[in-house]
Amino acid sequence: MSSVTAQRRSGSTAAGRRLKWWQQLVLQAICLFIAATVLFPVLWIVSMSLDPRNISRPTELNLIPPGASLQAYVQVLDRPTANPVTFAELAFNSLRLAGGVSAFALLIGVSAAYAFSRFKFPGRQFMMIAVLAITVLPSVATIAPLFALLNSIRISSAIMSIVLILAGLMLLGLTLFAVVPAIRIGSAGPGNYFFGAVGLVISLGLIYGGLAPARSEVFVLRNSLLGVGIAMVSGALPFAIWNLKGYLDTIPKELEEAAIIDGASPNQVFFQIVLPLATPALAVTGFLGFTGGWTEFFLSWQFLTDPKDFTLAMSLYNMTGQYAGQIPWSRFAAFSILLSLPVAIVYLLLQRYIIGGLTLGGVKG
Amino acid sequence: MATTNPELASPTARAPRSALYEGWKQLRTPIVYLLPALVIMMVVTFYPLAFQVWMSFTDYGVIKEEGKQTLNPFGPGGTTPPNYRPAQFVGFKNYLDIITNNPQFVARLGGNFDFWRLLAFNLWWTFSNVGFHVALGIIIAVLLNVEGLWGRKIYRAIYILPMVLPNIVVATVWRNMFDDQYGSINQLINLFITPFGLDPVQIRWFNQIQDPIPGIGLPLSYYAMLIANIWLGWPFMTIVATGALQSIPKEMYEAASIDGATGMQQFWRITLPLLRPAMVPAAMVGIVTTFNLFHVIYFMSGGGPLGRTEIMVTQAFKLINVNQLYGVAAAFSVIIALVLIPIFLITNKISRATESYDV
Repeated sequence: MSSVTAQRRSGSTAAGRRLKWWQQLVLQAICLFIAATVLFPVLWIVSMSLDPRNISRPTELNLIPPGASLQAYVQVLDRPTANPVTFAELAFNSLRLAGGVSAFALLIGVSAAYAFSRFKFPGRQFMMIAVLAITVLPSVATIAPLFALLNSIRISSAIMSIVLILAGLMLLGLTLFAVVPAIRIGSAGPGNYFFGAVGLVISLGLIYGGLAPARSEVFVLRNSLLGVGIAMVSGALPFAIWNLKGYLDTIPKELEEAAIIDGASPNQVFFQIVLPLATPALAVTGFLGFTGGWTEFFLSWQFLTDPKDFTLAMSLYNMTGQYAGQIPWSRFAAFSILLSLPVAIVYLLLQRYIIGGLTLGGVKG
Repeated sequence: MATTNPELASPTARAPRSALYEGWKQLRTPIVYLLPALVIMMVVTFYPLAFQVWMSFTDYGVIKEEGKQTLNPFGPGGTTPPNYRPAQFVGFKNYLDIITNNPQFVARLGGNFDFWRLLAFNLWWTFSNVGFHVALGIIIAVLLNVEGLWGRKIYRAIYILPMVLPNIVVATVWRNMFDDQYGSINQLINLFITPFGLDPVQIRWFNQIQDPIPGIGLPLSYYAMLIANIWLGWPFMTIVATGALQSIPKEMYEAASIDGATGMQQFWRITLPLLRPAMVPAAMVGIVTTFNLFHVIYFMSGGGPLGRTEIMVTQAFKLINVNQLYGVAAAFSVIIALVLIPIFLITNKISRATESYDV
């Protein structure tokens, strides 16, 4: 790649092709027009969110509304919808859901992706096609069975707390077992730390969930964030496996082969060579899974009934169109900006790696 | 390797079952690495899918005529609620109701359901969108690749914005932009036409039943969503095309212009053929994504007017969310999978995605 770009650069200076002034003018006009169409919705929403007059509906277009203020943001942070929940509570629900699902899919998915990428075994092709086929299937098309199955799982809240705490402790032990040895012998890379941090956060989250006071006597798995999370893992795990496999395929095998010749066990190769090299892949796959969970709508909309469990995406729908009721559009604007900002910023930071992954199929073909 | 396994070193264990043992030794690592994911997927992915196939042959859900439901066998205090009855096997009834548009069934959905129209619209929606995405993507990539263009980096940074924003936000923002009373699109149109003495318009983008272009049976809301989704989709194609463009050696164009090829000829004979290997898989990804694009349809038109812009996934969601017909929804989901299988096979064939890495 680098040699190609170098060639191009030298080529362009040698040729020194210049645009005539009218060509430049026409092209600039086209580019500016495209930029205007791209920016128009963004500017519209930003200017509306800054509008201080708290108008329920905008009646005119203006880039910077007179007397711009952040009032709408303050109101949205306090109480975005008619339900008595704050933005922070909604965001915490979305965060738990998205973070938990993507981290879980990543932890479980990375070893499977490694197996698909590096080992030959009977049934490999068949299993890979099964995983890929699931990623093509829309997750809306699995709501019916997931709802029915999760709806029939009901246990008393006391038992549920114990189950959660036990699961958290088990995961905590597993994480420490997988990460501590590498840290002690000093061969841990960012991948290991990432792995460890993710495991730690999930297990602590599970324990926290187990210790929190129960809201009702009977715990209905369907009507809980955990249930929605399980339903989301159903689609997120195959996606994570597939995405990670694509990245792992691009990591050269020579390093691993050298390590095996030097006597490293498969586990050592995986934890001490592949995981550190796969750090960008883990970050990108985790981020894509997180975005999916952060903006997940239909499962949570269908499953959850308690406003305390509601997520940001559900509230956004409550603020749009015919459901908006009396909610001023300036608040809708502020809310959608607050919802997109975290994922947009991370997307821009990881842009190079994400786009590399999206176009992987093209490079391979 | 062998030294790490004490059992292998002991001759008593090896002698009687060496062939089996060798096989196991080769398989052990992949199995261990796959096991967690396989177990989880068996429980949360494949079992529900199998359950879905069973559900599709039953009357699972709320049975209005009998005042019964099959969803919840657990009442307060551990007793079975009086309106519960187990789901009954109905054979292919759900499938037949869907594909033959059984009038009774259609009436239950509100009268606007027509399976074949829905399928045709979904396919047309997919291909019209992806067509625009690919065409615009290539044109803009070529435009940005013109040497000597000022501000290329700034444009590239701006053009990535639609990809960065979450789909759900894009869909809801465009929904409000196309609002008939307060939307910015109508305001923008008025900004241009009122100076010429024309009356301000109030286009009812999502509710107008009359087709805007007579002869083409597509409602106005389709065009509104097409505009929004073009905005959303072309930057991805531009990025793919830019990557491919930059790997075309400049010498090819130089040789072509020495031979007297015009710019247009160079575009059709060099650029397009060399972009093809990158664009075809990207278009395939786009087709699958757009076919299943829930957010734009559900949040913008909601399938309206009269259910004419409904696509398969939004209809499947409504069968559950509104009509509570779980069995029918399961059958519908199986049909979605059947429609997607050929698309998937073609994609897989073209991108060679499941082929081995090193062979």
